[in-house]
Amino acid sequence: MDGLIELIVGPLSYPFMVRGFVAVVMVGIVCATVGTYVVLRGMAFFGDALAHAVLPGVAVGYLVSDGARGTVFWWALGTAVLAAIGIGAVGKGAQVKEDTAIGIIFAGMFALGIALISTVRSWAVDLAHFLFGDVLGVSRSDLWLTGVFGGIVLFTVLVFYKEFLVLSFDPILALTLRLPATALRYLLLVLIAVAVVVSLQTVGVALMVAMLVTPAATAYLLTRRLSRMMALAAFIGAFSGIAGLYLSFYIRVASGAAIVLVCTALFLLALLLVPGRGLAWAWFQRVRAKP
Amino acid sequence: MVVRRLPFIHRPPVHRTGAPVLEASNLTVQYNGQVALEDISFRLDSGERIAVVGPNGAGKSTLFKVIVGVLGPTSGEVKVAGHWPGGHICIAYLPQRSQVDWAFPVTVADVVMMGRVGRMGLLRGATRRDREYVQQCLDEVGMSDLAERQISELSGGQQQRMFIARAIAQEAELMLMDESLSGLDIPAQEHIFHIINMLSQRGVTVMLSTHDLNLSSEQFDRVMLLNVRLLGLGKPSAVFTPERLRQAYGGHLRLVETEDGVMVLGDTCCEAS
Repeated sequence: MDGLIELIVGPLSYPFMVRGFVAVVMVGIVCATVGTYVVLRGMAFFGDALAHAVLPGVAVGYLVSDGARGTVFWWALGTAVLAAIGIGAVGKGAQVKEDTAIGIIFAGMFALGIALISTVRSWAVDLAHFLFGDVLGVSRSDLWLTGVFGGIVLFTVLVFYKEFLVLSFDPILALTLRLPATALRYLLLVLIAVAVVVSLQTVGVALMVAMLVTPAATAYLLTRRLSRMMALAAFIGAFSGIAGLYLSFYIRVASGAAIVLVCTALFLLALLLVPGRGLAWAWFQRVRAKP
Repeated sequence: MVVRRLPFIHRPPVHRTGAPVLEASNLTVQYNGQVALEDISFRLDSGERIAVVGPNGAGKSTLFKVIVGVLGPTSGEVKVAGHWPGGHICIAYLPQRSQVDWAFPVTVADVVMMGRVGRMGLLRGATRRDREYVQQCLDEVGMSDLAERQISELSGGQQQRMFIARAIAQEAELMLMDESLSGLDIPAQEHIFHIINMLSQRGVTVMLSTHDLNLSSEQFDRVMLLNVRLLGLGKPSAVFTPERLRQAYGGHLRLVETEDGVMVLGDTCCEAS
C-alpha cells in the first residue's frame, strides 16, 4: 500500500511534474468539451488541419522572440483564429471540394512553418517540442495563459449551449428560429482554434486531433445525452492526461504520446465493452445464440 | 442566396391582420443555374391542409425552402402574414427522415425543447414554464411516456410525431412537412392525420409534400400539383385530371380512366432524396 502511495505521490515532489499535471488536466477538459462538437459535427479533419496550420505562427513567434513562450503563444493564437476563419470560408464557391481545399491549405501552412523554423541553427529540438509537445517544460505563466483562455472557451460553450445544440443537430431549424447561424458557426470554429493553441505545449501540433476527438468519441459510445457526453469527455480527457503523465514519468516515454495512447486505449476499451453495444457484447450474444 | 442579416437579438415582425397566412406572387427561383420554380402564384388561408404533389425535381423542396425563408427568390415574392418569411419564427419545417442524424445524443424532450429556443433568446436557459410547455406538446402528440428516450429508439411514426411536437413547441402557425409520411404504415399515418386535423382546427396551416396521390386526395382540403410551374391548386377532383397529371408526370404515371373517374396505377419515382 505504501508502495502504491509512493508511486502516486512521488512525482509530485518535482515542481515541473506538478505544473505538468495542472496543464494536462486543463487541456484535457477544454479540448474534450470543444471536441464533443468536433465529433458530432464530423469536423475531425478540420481540427487536424487547424492544428497543423498554426505552425507558421508558432515559427514566427519563435523567430522574433528567440523562443520566448509568451510571444509564441500570442502568435499561435492569432494564426489559429485567422486559419479557423479562413478554413471556415473555404468551400463557398470554391473550384475544388472543401476537404481538398483544407488539405492543400493545411499542408502548405505546415510546410511553411517547418521551413521557417529550419532557418535557425539547432532547430531540431525546438521543432520536436512544437510537433509533439513539451508538457514538462510548462512554466507558471504558461499555466495562467492556459487557465484564462481555457476558461473563456468553457464559459462560451456553456453560454451558447442551446444554440450550438440546435445548430449541430438541425441547421435548418437554427435558420427558421432566426438564430445568427453563420456567426455561431464561426464562433465554434474560433473556440476550436483557441482550444488548439491552449494545448499546443502539452501535446503538440501532430497529436492535437487526438485530444479533440478521442475522449469525445469515447464518451459518445458511453452515453446518449449531450450534456453527459460533454462531462464524461472532459473527465476522460483529464484522466488520460494524468495517467499519461505518470506513464511517461515511470517508463520514460514522450509525455504527449503517452497521453494520447491512454486516450486511445480507453476508446478501444469502450468500443469493446460498452454494455449492449460493445463488440465483445455482440460477440457474446452470437456465441450464446448458437445451440 | 439571400439570407437577410439578423440583429443579435431577433424580433419577429408583427403579423398583419387580414393578410393571408401565405401568399406567393410570380415566384421564380433559379438554383445552380437551373429554373427550379417558375412564375408561381397562390394564397393559403389559415387552418388549411394542403398536399404538395409532383415528380422528383418538381421543386417541392425548393418551394419549402423559400417559404421558410432560408432561400431567396430570384424574382417575385413570398409573404407570410404580410411579411417576408425570413423574419418569422412561426414557420416550422419538418426535415426528411434521411436528413436527420438519429444517433445524435439527444432525447425526445431535448428535440422538442429546441423549438422553444427561438422564444427564449440568447443567454437564457429553459424555464420551468418552457419545460411544462414541452411536456404539454408531447402530450398532444401522444408521446409523453417517450420523453426521455434517445431519438434512435423511435419508430418512424414516433419520429414524425416528435417533430410535430417540436413545431407545436415553436408555436408554429405554418407547418411544412417534407415527405413526412413516406415509409410509414397505415396506423402511423392515421395517427399523424389525427394530429394534423387537430392543429388545423386551431388555425395552423399545414403543407405536406408527398408522392402518394391517393392520400393527398383523401386527407387534404386542397392539393397543389407542381412541376416547376404550378399546374393546379384546388379540390383533388378538380386538380387530378388526366390531362394535368400527364402534364406533371409525363410517362411516369399510369392512368386508367374508369366510369368512376381516373385511377392512378402508381408513380414510378419515389426514392425520397
